[in-house]
Formats: sequence, structure tokens, C-alpha cells
Amino acid sequence: MKRLKKIAEAIAERVLMVSGFITSLVIVLIVLFLFREGAGLFGKPDVEEGYVLAVNRKNPVEKLSPRQIMEIFDGEITDWKQVGGAEEGIVVFRLNDITDYATEEELGPELDSIPQCLSRILSENSGMIAYVPKQYAADGFTGKRLAEGKITPRSFFGGREWYPTAQPSPQFGVVPLIMGTLWVSLGAILIALPFGLAVAIYMAELAGERIRRALKPAVELLAGIPSVVYGFFGLVVVVPLIQRGFGLPVGETGLAGSLILAVMALPTIITVAEDAIRNTPRAMKESSLALGATHWQTIRRVVLPYSVSGITAAAVLGIGRAIGETMAVLMVTGNAAVIPHTLLEPMRTIPATIAAELGEAPSGGAHYEALFLLGCILFVLTLAVSLSVEFISARRPKQTI
Amino acid sequence: METSSISAKDVNFYYGDFQALRNVSLEMERNTVTALIGPSGCGKSTFLRLLNRMNDLIPGARLEGKVTVDGEDIYGKNVQVVELRKKVGMVFQKPNPFPKSIFENVAYGLRVNGVRDRETIRSRVEESLRGAALWEEVKDKLKRSAFELSGGQQQRLCIARALAVQPSILLMDEPASALDPVSTSKVEDLIYELKKNYTIVIVTHNMQQAARVSDRTAFFYLGKLVEYDRTEKIFTHPSEEATQNYVTGRFG
Repeated sequence: MKRLKKIAEAIAERVLMVSGFITSLVIVLIVLFLFREGAGLFGKPDVEEGYVLAVNRKNPVEKLSPRQIMEIFDGEITDWKQVGGAEEGIVVFRLNDITDYATEEELGPELDSIPQCLSRILSENSGMIAYVPKQYAADGFTGKRLAEGKITPRSFFGGREWYPTAQPSPQFGVVPLIMGTLWVSLGAILIALPFGLAVAIYMAELAGERIRRALKPAVELLAGIPSVVYGFFGLVVVVPLIQRGFGLPVGETGLAGSLILAVMALPTIITVAEDAIRNTPRAMKESSLALGATHWQTIRRVVLPYSVSGITAAAVLGIGRAIGETMAVLMVTGNAAVIPHTLLEPMRTIPATIAAELGEAPSGGAHYEALFLLGCILFVLTLAVSLSVEFISARRPKQTI
Repeated sequence: METSSISAKDVNFYYGDFQALRNVSLEMERNTVTALIGPSGCGKSTFLRLLNRMNDLIPGARLEGKVTVDGEDIYGKNVQVVELRKKVGMVFQKPNPFPKSIFENVAYGLRVNGVRDRETIRSRVEESLRGAALWEEVKDKLKRSAFELSGGQQQRLCIARALAVQPSILLMDEPASALDPVSTSKVEDLIYELKKNYTIVIVTHNMQQAARVSDRTAFFYLGKLVEYDRTEKIFTHPSEEATQNYVTGRFG
């Protein structure tokens, strides 16, 4: 009997150990997978894979940046002079346009004369830039192929444009997304912290036991509402309010996201800050009162300084919650990938981008990998947040006795 | 410095339904040290905390009877609790400095009471630290955190903090119970010094300490004041058997 118990205990220990080990392993593998999928982006050609850009042989331009390519094909750059060439109008050529330059007979019955036609069209139009599949610009091609650029960490992390589906040159610049994420999160914490702190102080110091007992579950209930419900509420209530209140053309702005996130971060902030405040030793509060301080002076000068690390932890955890939040933000921020200047503009956050775009990004393509890299950035951001919480909590003042 | 006398008359005290003090009447004279002794839960701490109305903070606490300081009813309608607590300082069982610098700990009571003048604050801090026999040890590190001090130094800092608001009465709730013997003896010497300028009431579990520092001793048992007399008499010829048993260590 005793022996059986011993064996059972040993088994229980093993089971716990194995499950702990497996869980840790899975987490590590997920992180590794994230980085592996994302790392492939760098070194990929900066135009669509399998395509090339070609110009007239006499054109002095050798290379174009992804941004120049995009602007040329968007019609924003119309003269070669703007990209370092001779003064000559740019003629954009896509494969679809070939029927404007060649007859059906010239192209041949099976369209197998396309390469020859391309060479001819390019040599006839000195200002032309052609965006065509690689195989049409291979052997015997008389035009000049522009040098292939590569997606570099610099263009990714420093890029100010996010147009992942732009043709021919998709733009993977994460600055607007990072900025959007930070703006929305910081806005949220700026709104949530004063209110959260006020509620925490009220609950910990001022409210009677009965009010506290009613309030605490109510606050915790807030944490249990699914984020899509918050998003829906935001879309139906907050967005129109902001649109009308500020007289904006659209109400889907960073502010709407911040407000919703603030409400979502409140339970975290309140709970953590309240615990910190309640942890102030009773004796410390009493000695303040015994010196003739009023209750409010005691809160402001003793309780808050004592719990400042806990309150900071609450704020940082709130930020962490805000940074990672996806659905509600996706629904109310308008999702324009532009570097924001005020909270009253539409913005797009990293998680919202991943959620919105992963479904349409072909697996293994540059867009797909760029989204995984976004995931890595998000991971690093939240990791930094959790580490700073650890760091702050470690600095908690210690009683020596 | 002006000191004060304390008087309690027919005091009953309740925590909700529990009666913590039964008909306690006690007179304490100016410039004396009164020790309150008795086993745990006998009501001695409750009595001490009555004197600066610290028990007000406890929900359901209720007092019957009359407590006066210098003849003034401290539970009267027009009493400002904040003013009372300035007059009746308190030192707690565990050293509990604020999470501030040594200087700010002592200056705290002045600041919350609206003293703004920097010179006044500086000189009062020094005076209080000297009064608590701590000045020489900390005068070069006033800006350092109070948590860096040893337990005994922290407790003397707490005494200095209480002295800074210039009370006339000092309440001490087992002020040396968390300290080592060396620190304890320093605190005891200090109490002896402070007696010249303050009326002191001290709760202690330590019989020797009560015998060493106090002029008068009150023995509490089960919420009642069993005996109150000169310390010498309590420890040598107590009138009550219960007192005799307690001070000789037969129970408690």
C-alpha cells in the first residue's frame, strides 16, 4: 500500500515535469517559427518575384529604388530627370498594354513572339519603362534590364510606406505601423492611467467594504468581455461620437482605438494598482496619521510613494495589453497605414495589420514573410514590456525588518 | 517644553460586539513614564491607541467613558483629531520609516502640518534627530533612504519623526520588541532622557524593560485594569495576586 502510494507520487511528479517541459518547448518553438518565417524576407528582390523592369538601351538609369518604382507606376514621377536620367517623359508599360503597341499578327498565334515584340517596342520608345515577366526579357532581349534591388533591414525598419500589394514593387516599411501601434497604445494608457489610478485609490483607501465588494467583481467583469464586443461598441457608439464631436470626415481614428483600449486596459490597471496600494503596511499609514497628517495627505505622501513601483507595473501591464490587442483596434481605428501626426487620424497597428492581411498573403511570399516579421516586432515589444515589469517589481522597496 | 497629564475615567471600549476594555480609570501625571503591561489581548495596546484616537480607524470601534488630556475631553465634539495627534505622538512596534530620505522622514510631520520655512524645517530636523540620539550617526547621510539604516536606527528615526512635531505626550507601542539587545538598550536610554520633556506611555511585554524605564506601571488583564501603582511597588509588593503571578512570570 505504502509502495503503491510512492509510485503514484513518482508518476504524478513525472507527469507535472513532462507537461511543464512540453509547454515550455512549445512556446520556444512558436517563437523560433515566428523568427524563421520572418527572416526570409531580407534578400528577396524588391519587385514582384519572377518579374523584371526594363528600359530603353540608351536610358542612363541603372537602378531605381522601390519607392521610385512605386511612384513611377502611380504616375507621381513622370519624367526621367526626377530619378537621375535625361529629361524625357516616362511611359509606363505593363504586359496588358502590349496590344496598344503590337497587332495580333505580330504577336503570333500562340503569343510566342512576345519577347521580340517587347524588344522592338522598347527600342522604339526611348522613355518607356516596362514591367514584364522574366521569361519575356531573356535571350535576345535588346532592352536594358534594371538592376534588381533587395529588401534590406533598413528599407523594412526605416521604410515609411506600407503597401504590401503594390505592383510592381510592394512597399514594406513598418514605420507607420509601429508609430500607429505606439500612438494608439500610449493614447490608451494616457486615458486609462488617471482613471484607473483614481478607481484603485478609491477602492483601496476610500470605499467602504460593501462598495468595494460590489465594485471589484464589476471591474473584473470588464476584463471578461470579448474584444470584438468592445470593437462593435466602439464602432457603433464611440466612432460616430468622435466624428461629430471633432467635426471629422471619418470617426475611425486613433483616438477611437485609444478610448476602447483604455476601457479594455482598465481592469488590469485597477486590479494591479489596487493590490499595490493595499499592500502599503498599515503601520506606515498609521504613523503618518499619528503625526497629524490627514487621510488625503497620507495617501498622497506615503501610500502613493510606497506603491509607486506597483502602480508603474500596472501602467506597463496596461500598455502591454494595449499593444497586443487586435480585434477592437482593427474595427475602430480606420487602418490607414500612414505615419500619424495627431490622434484624430486613422491609423493602423501591427496586430491589426497581421489580422487583416495574413489571409490574403500567399504563403511563402514576401508579403507573408513581412507579416511574420511584424509578428516578431510585436513579440519583441511585448517582451520588452514584460521585462520592464519584472525590473520594476524587483525595485519594490523592502522593509528591513 | 510643556508636558501634559492624561486621565481616563470609566472607559469601556468595544470592537463591534467584543468588549476590549472594561471600566478602566487611570491618571497619568506630567513628565512620568507609565508602563502598560499584561498578557497579549489584555487591552493594553487598545488603551494606548485610545489616547491619540488611533482606534477611530477601525470600523465598529466604540468608546464609552471619558478620556482627557490636560483636562480636555479628547473625544469631545469640537476636537480636531489632527490637532490631537500632533500633541500626542506615537511610536509603533516595528520601525516603519516612510519610503523617503532620512531627512524627509523627520520633516514629514512638519510638512503635513504646513511648515514651509526651510530653515525652520532644517533646524527642527536636527533638533529631533539629536533628541532621538541619532544625529551623530546620520548627519552625513541625511539624503539617503531611511531603509538603509539598521533596525535600531530606524526605530530611533521613528522616534525623531514623532518628536519633530513637538508633541507633549509620547505613546510607545512595544518600541523595542523588534530590536536586538544593543538597540533596545539605546532606545531605553533614550526613553529615560525623553522623560524630562515628555509624558510617556509605553506598552511592553518585557518585564525588565518596564521595571527599568517606568515610574508607574499599570497591569491589565482581560480588559480590566487590575493594578496601577509605582513601578517599584508593582514589581516588589503588588497588592493583587494576579499581578504578582504575572510579573514573576507564572503566566502570560
